[in-house]
Amino acid sequence: MIRHAATLLIALALSLTLPRTGATEEVVMGLSQSSVSITTNFAGSDILIFGAIKRETAIPEEELDVIVTVAGPSAPLTVRRKDRRLGIWVNTEAVQIDSAPSFYAVAATGKLGEVLSQTEDLRHRISIPLAIRSVGAPDAVGDAQRFTEALIRIHSANGLYEQLDDSVDLQEQTLFRSSIRLPANLTEGAYRTRIFLARGGEVIAKYETSIDVRKVGLERYLYTMAHRQPLLYGLMALVLAIAAGWGASAFFRVVLRQG
Amino acid sequence: MQMYLPIAEVSVNAYLLLGLGGIVGLLSGMFGVGGGFLMTPLLFFIGIPPAVAVATGTTQIVASSVSAFLAHLRRKTVDMKMGGVLLGGGMVGAGLGVLAFNYLKALGQVDLMVTLFYVVFLGTIGSLMFIESLTAIRRARRTGGPVKPVKRRHRNWVHILPIKVRFRTSGLYISIIPPVIIGIGVGILTAIMGVGGGFIMVPAMIYLLGMPTKVVIGTSLFQIIFVTAFTMLLHAVTNQTVDVILGVLLLLGGVIGAQIGARIGVKLKAEQLRILLALLVLAVCGKLALDLLLMPSELYSIGDARGGQ
Repeated sequence: MIRHAATLLIALALSLTLPRTGATEEVVMGLSQSSVSITTNFAGSDILIFGAIKRETAIPEEELDVIVTVAGPSAPLTVRRKDRRLGIWVNTEAVQIDSAPSFYAVAATGKLGEVLSQTEDLRHRISIPLAIRSVGAPDAVGDAQRFTEALIRIHSANGLYEQLDDSVDLQEQTLFRSSIRLPANLTEGAYRTRIFLARGGEVIAKYETSIDVRKVGLERYLYTMAHRQPLLYGLMALVLAIAAGWGASAFFRVVLRQG
Repeated sequence: MQMYLPIAEVSVNAYLLLGLGGIVGLLSGMFGVGGGFLMTPLLFFIGIPPAVAVATGTTQIVASSVSAFLAHLRRKTVDMKMGGVLLGGGMVGAGLGVLAFNYLKALGQVDLMVTLFYVVFLGTIGSLMFIESLTAIRRARRTGGPVKPVKRRHRNWVHILPIKVRFRTSGLYISIIPPVIIGIGVGILTAIMGVGGGFIMVPAMIYLLGMPTKVVIGTSLFQIIFVTAFTMLLHAVTNQTVDVILGVLLLLGGVIGAQIGARIGVKLKAEQLRILLALLVLAVCGKLALDLLLMPSELYSIGDARGGQ
């Protein structure tokens, strides 16, 4: 009797660790490139995220939806608001955002609000407002929500935050693909890429990988030098400046004499 | 051609930067100013983060000042002793300025402070220069000949201070306190505004110290080179905000522009040149003042958690 109960418990525990609808549908995914190199002439990059849905049973009746998110490295931020003081516009209030991704794109087969229930969005933090974590705002600021909205608005205007509805192409309920544009003003780091399968607003499977964004070559070299050997870097900049000034003066003197 | 700037972490058009450097260089060559007061606001305008713009603008100033200083050195119009005294003050000022800059950055007021400095200084200098050159042009019309520079050797408070030193090249025997104070002031401006400070120092040397005009530019350039170089190093070491790629593109355009500008400048009359410069200064000032006075289209701004912009 006791052994029977134990087996039941183990079975229960196992079933809890598995996705609720069981592992009947899984994501098999590919990326057009698993890393992005920021070179001197980097002007942004398009990443093709594609894949298939592996299943052992027949395709269920209900429509399947696919959601793709790409998130850049997160960092704490300060959002400031200007107000008119003594006739001029100055920064007055500030709200600390605990963590906001430097880049965030979410693409879906339909409208994000329709393919995903609010509970599931909260659980997996999929939509843009939920990708930003902001725990406590100072009491002095009554409308902290507007600071988060402003952050999203400014980043969206710069192409850093994107909600791409109807931009995942799903065929035969099995093959999906989506193209996400990474803008030119990227920061370095691991770009967390997630794929969710949803049915009736519920997430039934998820897959996660990351795209490595790195400065390479000269960019890498200069960035590292500026941070590791700032004095040497500064002196190098100085020598370049003096050489350019002297060079131009000497060059033009020679050219002018000959001309 | 797009270029990704490693420190600014933005991608900009390389030709735009070359052109920007060229235009500022052209003007600086024509008017004999460093051009920092134009370069820094223009960099803000094309989306370079303010901290990077201020720090990187200094490379352009060093380059164009070296170029112009060499010409003055050949003509022996540099008062090394006066330059040295101004320099001593300038170093102290630059240190104070970088400290102030970092403090304001933490408060989130660095944009405001930089803009206010620009509006006040450009407004004052621009208006003074405009009035002065208008009067000069009118006087020239009336007499029908070239204007003789007014002799400015009045005795004022500058001449009653202690610790007097002889400055041979300038033909002066004055206290070293005023030049040191001017040096400190200009050093602070360099660090906060990313400018050489020539537009403050040149009038101060002429009107306050009573230095002969012919040695003023060369001496101010001497001081500017060192103070700006020092400021650049301070920014590089404390903030890591000097972007070499941005700097090189700007100064490539800048040095070429400066040489062409210097040749155009020779062909124009001094008063015309000054009135043009005054109008330019006032235009930059007006644009910045409007930004402060008009309601911005976006009230919010994003900075990093340490308080940077």
